[in-house]
Amino acid sequence: MEGGKVNNSPKILVFSTEKISDPAIDMAGLLKLHYPPTVYTIPIPCSSAIKPRWILHALERGFDGVFIAADGTDCPYGESCTVKTAELMRVTQQMLKEKGIDTARLKMAAICSVCSEPFVKHVKSFAEYLSKSSN
Amino acid sequence: MNKKIGVYICHCGGNISDYVDVEKVRKAIEGDDGVFLAKTTMFACADSSQKQMVEDITDQKLDGVVVASCSPKLHLLTFRAVAERAGLNKYNYVHANIREQVSWAHSDNKVGATEKAIKIVKATIAKVRNAEALEPVKVKSTKAVAVIGAGVAGMRAAIELAEAGAEVFLIEREFFVGGRVSQWDDLCITDETGKELITRLYNEVMKHQHVTLFTGAEIIENNGSVGNFEIKVKVTPRYFKLQCSGDELKKAIEVCPVEVPDGFNFNITKRKAIYHNYPSEYPQLPAIDMKNCTRCGKCEEVCKAIDFSQTTEYLTIKVGSILLATGFDPYEPPKGEFGYGEIDNVITLPQFKRVIHYNDDKLIWQGKEVKNIAYIYCVGSRQLNGDNKYCSRYCCTSTIHTAITAKKKYKGIHNFHFNRGIRTYGKAEVWYDESSRLGDIYLQSFEHDPPIIEHRNGQTFVKIKDLLTANKELEVAADLVVLVTGMTPRQDNSIGNLLKVPKGRDKFFNEIHMKLRPVETVIDGVTIAGASQGPKNIMESMNSALAAATKSFSLINSGELALEPTIAEVDDTACEWCGKCDEACPYSAFEKIEKDGKLIAKVIPSVCKGCGMCLPVCPTNALNLIGLTDVDVESMIDALIPNA
Repeated sequence: MEGGKVNNSPKILVFSTEKISDPAIDMAGLLKLHYPPTVYTIPIPCSSAIKPRWILHALERGFDGVFIAADGTDCPYGESCTVKTAELMRVTQQMLKEKGIDTARLKMAAICSVCSEPFVKHVKSFAEYLSKSSN
Repeated sequence: MNKKIGVYICHCGGNISDYVDVEKVRKAIEGDDGVFLAKTTMFACADSSQKQMVEDITDQKLDGVVVASCSPKLHLLTFRAVAERAGLNKYNYVHANIREQVSWAHSDNKVGATEKAIKIVKATIAKVRNAEALEPVKVKSTKAVAVIGAGVAGMRAAIELAEAGAEVFLIEREFFVGGRVSQWDDLCITDETGKELITRLYNEVMKHQHVTLFTGAEIIENNGSVGNFEIKVKVTPRYFKLQCSGDELKKAIEVCPVEVPDGFNFNITKRKAIYHNYPSEYPQLPAIDMKNCTRCGKCEEVCKAIDFSQTTEYLTIKVGSILLATGFDPYEPPKGEFGYGEIDNVITLPQFKRVIHYNDDKLIWQGKEVKNIAYIYCVGSRQLNGDNKYCSRYCCTSTIHTAITAKKKYKGIHNFHFNRGIRTYGKAEVWYDESSRLGDIYLQSFEHDPPIIEHRNGQTFVKIKDLLTANKELEVAADLVVLVTGMTPRQDNSIGNLLKVPKGRDKFFNEIHMKLRPVETVIDGVTIAGASQGPKNIMESMNSALAAATKSFSLINSGELALEPTIAEVDDTACEWCGKCDEACPYSAFEKIEKDGKLIAKVIPSVCKGCGMCLPVCPTNALNLIGLTDVDVESMIDALIPNA
């Protein structure tokens, strides 16, 4: 990784969901559960709405990792969300493979609306993995 | 065209500025493309700040606004309203969350927090640059509501809607109204019977000329969406003409050779194929259960009112909103749970209530007089292993009330309550007191150490290690064991599937927000009431029924609806109809149309919920969500890119 300014933690883009995982990430802040400030969140309506090209865009333009904070079974838009999110993960990983990008730079976990601690744990361990693998 | 953007960075007292150098953020973004004005503010949400923003927007003719402050869940709507007050389309306002997701989350790292805040504000500015003025999707709405289920909640909602001025179609699947409450005698606290309550509600329903009641009816098809549902109702005939003499009916029931378990009495008795559940039941006309009738014709010979020429009818009804009050099913223990279905004096609480109804002087079960009754609580609720993790709320109160009723009605009753902690919350606590005063015995255990049922030498015993007497092993010889079964979602979820109403983790219908939007579902126009949403007592069901009625009415009252415009849109040139979006859409919001000689997908604006599930499946990338297009997302990513 080039640059390495003030903060050299890995840069992670999180796709959160407006009704489920984003409130959990908000609550992590409320509870002052710290995680690296190089984790940035873009909230979207549902985790099965993420286009693979957005993920690729982020990874190719300089993000070290992309984390999908998925709705899981709590999705307000219905039960099919988990299957659809898994499918877009599969498609994206296939695309990453074809481009020779480490598929482990894309990670997904279901984050429920009160799963603040699991979220912080996930991004921390993801950051750890990314900093190891980039050196 | 370049936008004139105003950016406000909030101190939030010190909640943000203690950890984020807001002045540094302001300086970092003030030169950004399109930024015309960049200010910091002590409290962006304060009245004075809002006024200032309105002035800025009007005076400077701003056409894009960003406020970087707390989570959008708190103040997105506040600042959208500010934009509207200043004459700016509210979708030209975009919110940046630099409190929950920056200053508080990184209060341990001020430099990192400030850098992150800068990136987030830059990304938000990127988004506002692309933002377009959007108008709500307007749809006309029909001033009618379909209420599904004529139990207490459904009937109460129907009355309320009719009084407010709506046309109401009250649709009941059974041949009789009243649902579960009609199966209960004395109700807790008031001692009014379930039947009395139902009679009062039914009479009121019938008074309203704008309520049409269908019994033996269910919805089998739905087209359309909020404002304009078009539902198809299947109405099964009762095979009775409107007038029927009591004597003839009695004879007809007598001669009917078919006997089936009577679901109204939870199968402890039998009924004929011609039936009514109790003599004064509403509607008062009996019905013939054609699933079991053999068409032997014996009833026709003795009763002139019977009419086998009646046929199933199909009606199409237009409504603006649908209110679901479909109720619950009592938990049915599997064979062997606490001896249920194996030991013949183990029954459920609903069955026990019917037993009390049918026994006047002495409490008799299977020919033997009952003195010692053991109640085992939380059967099918608060399960350690099993899906029902929830508390069914009504059962502690109901059991204690029933135990007191039995004790007062029959001589020599001893009640033993094998519980896991009593939850007679609110006003019902007085019943717990009374039962204790009357000498009921309470024994308690944890979920991992439940009571054990044994049947030996013709006698049933309930054994427990009782927490309340220092884990002493105690045993009761019980003449009757009553399993206190909780509420479960209706087994038949056909209406939920038809309307695509999501279910929660407990499998009951799910509201949008437990506290803030407790009777709406993500299906616009479909509201939920009563125990269809989760265990509730009658009062709670009434509260939710009135709330749902009001919510449904508010959707249809003005005759026009404004829906969120942030929905999917199809790029007609890129679309080569393949149907994948249609498959992915949980709401059937796509239709296939022909345009310029080719087949393409079209989004039905009033049906689309803006979830975006269709986006990633499109092979030609012809789909975008308005307000979350590729340009929006990718320009935000570019602004967030490290070290850019």
